[in-house]
Amino acid sequence: MDRFLFLTFDGLSTGAVYAAFALALVLIWRAARLVNFAQGAMAVATAYVGYAVASATGSYWLGLGVAVLAGLALGALVERVLMRFVGPANPLGDVIVALGLVLLIQAVLGMVFGNEYRPATVPFDTDALSIGGIAAVSPYDLWVFGAVMVVVVLLALLFTRTSIGLRMRASAFAPEVSRLLGVDVGRMLTVGWALAAAVGALAGMLVIPTGLGLHPHAMDLVFVVAFTAAVVGGLDSPAGAVVGGLLVGLILSYVTGYLGPDTTPLAVLVLLLAVLLVRPGGLFSSVKARHV
Amino acid sequence: MTATRTDVSTADPRPARPSPLRRLLPGPPGNPVTGGSTLLRHLILAVLAGTVVVLVTNQLEPYQNLQVARVCAFLCVTAGYTVLVGLNGQLSLGHGALMATGAYTVALTRQAFDERAVQGRWVLPLSLLLAVAVTAVVGLVIGLAAARLRGPYLAGVTLAVATLVPAVTTIFTEVFNGEQGLRFPTETPPAFLGAYFQPERWLAWIALVAALLTMLLMANLVASRFGRSLRAVRDDEVAARLAGVHVARTQVLAFVVSAACAGLGGGVYAVLTATVAPGKFALDLSLFLLMAIVIGGLGSLTGAVWGAILLVALQDLPSRITETFALPAGLAQRLEGNLALAVFGLILIVVMIVAPAGLQGAARSLVARLRRRVPSR
Repeated sequence: MDRFLFLTFDGLSTGAVYAAFALALVLIWRAARLVNFAQGAMAVATAYVGYAVASATGSYWLGLGVAVLAGLALGALVERVLMRFVGPANPLGDVIVALGLVLLIQAVLGMVFGNEYRPATVPFDTDALSIGGIAAVSPYDLWVFGAVMVVVVLLALLFTRTSIGLRMRASAFAPEVSRLLGVDVGRMLTVGWALAAAVGALAGMLVIPTGLGLHPHAMDLVFVVAFTAAVVGGLDSPAGAVVGGLLVGLILSYVTGYLGPDTTPLAVLVLLLAVLLVRPGGLFSSVKARHV
Repeated sequence: MTATRTDVSTADPRPARPSPLRRLLPGPPGNPVTGGSTLLRHLILAVLAGTVVVLVTNQLEPYQNLQVARVCAFLCVTAGYTVLVGLNGQLSLGHGALMATGAYTVALTRQAFDERAVQGRWVLPLSLLLAVAVTAVVGLVIGLAAARLRGPYLAGVTLAVATLVPAVTTIFTEVFNGEQGLRFPTETPPAFLGAYFQPERWLAWIALVAALLTMLLMANLVASRFGRSLRAVRDDEVAARLAGVHVARTQVLAFVVSAACAGLGGGVYAVLTATVAPGKFALDLSLFLLMAIVIGGLGSLTGAVWGAILLVALQDLPSRITETFALPAGLAQRLEGNLALAVFGLILIVVMIVAPAGLQGAARSLVARLRRRVPSR
């Protein structure tokens, strides 16, 4: 029972990171109808910047802020410089360009920082506090969970309460109509990419210390898990991404805890296939299943 | 392969249908040499290409012969992969894992025979056949799921497959020996070739046979009725279904065929090094394969050849650069591997944006431009 509780809290904490990352995927999917396969690599790049600043200044918070700002800049840059120019000639073009970006970013990080694992500092204790004699949740877990929930609420407010959120939703759903109504659809696309990359950067800063540390490939598996979370929730639904992230975090925590860490990739694949084969649009969608 | 051609005689521009035997014999109608037989034409091409490569391998150093062998091994994979992505429009990112399936099948078969002290020339073809069969079955399983999925969903699922290889090898450590991987006896040239026959040349020949066989089968497949179904499904699923194409079956078959090719390529790749380890089949390999067929040119088998050559050539690039410029050790170590990755990534992005048809498309349009210029003179 103690172990179950521990795994539950651990699952919710890592699930929160998957939720944030899945949310970043959903943001770009809704804005541009493409899955950003470079999300993980972009998050690692910003995390390198963040931890470089943190170790140079000694302030984790400054590093976190710089990483999120770097995410904003990188997202906007990728959209402006690359994705805008992927023609509609090939339907696989955007996926392939994103994969090229993955190779490029990981290689440049390896060349600049080296391919070894670097320790990543954390502002809070990662040892679990015991509540009533049961080791349950660490301060770091609480911080991760809290930070992601704040971001989720902020994003929800942005999209439902502000004018720019309204314009972003409009240009995502009906680009032509929005353009006629005077919305700069191209700029909204850039803002969407920037926001998504910033959320991804935050998720990267939060998840990297819990793994082996900072490494060009640190987010490879996280990306696959977050993609699973986004698909579980339905790529179209931000709320679904959050719920999907927490759900996937819990399931993987139990699988890892009871069957061993090596089974995680297998569990991810099984989960992904199970959801896609039963409900191809995700659990939170109303799209009819495709018939074979 | 030829039997399917009789089904499509309605699309044939020739007025009278030639007898089936006629198409296998030289002479008119059609091409005076091949008599319009696609199979015969591809067979002649394959024999010609094979002869040229065999002659070339006689002149090469051992390392260069190994490179020829590696190009041939990758060609098996890229040919099938091109059929799947380029002609059928299904983006798989899991072909590195399928290569691993073939490679591990060969390793396990060879080990099993070795333990029982069974030897013979037939062990190699048998292990490669098994690799093809096992990978085809794995491809069938993935393909059945893939037929329901589209675009990014399919890419995501196959990406999850690509990350699976190290996990599977550590879960079943007794079978796959975890990170260490498996070793098996090296393939040696047969005695009748002489005692001093270069072993690398023999390996190159093995890989060449596999590559030629794959290219021959794929070339005929592409030209067959099934090949047209593949393209029809890629271009418009609804229209293809209206025209009587069974969309899901076509997609699953395309996946099985390309998986079998990847299994053969992976098996040959294992034979070349006599080892398999999960590190060789990481996610990067799947991305490299994609890069190869995109740069070569999606949707043409000639592009797959370009891709396989590039794949081997670019992997050697960083060590050559560090040799030429005598870089300090620390920097050289960082560049090792990473430089190739960076070049791959950059080329992938640039080609996809500037010339989506790849090298083959660029070459084709260049030839077309030259042809237009010649008669105007």
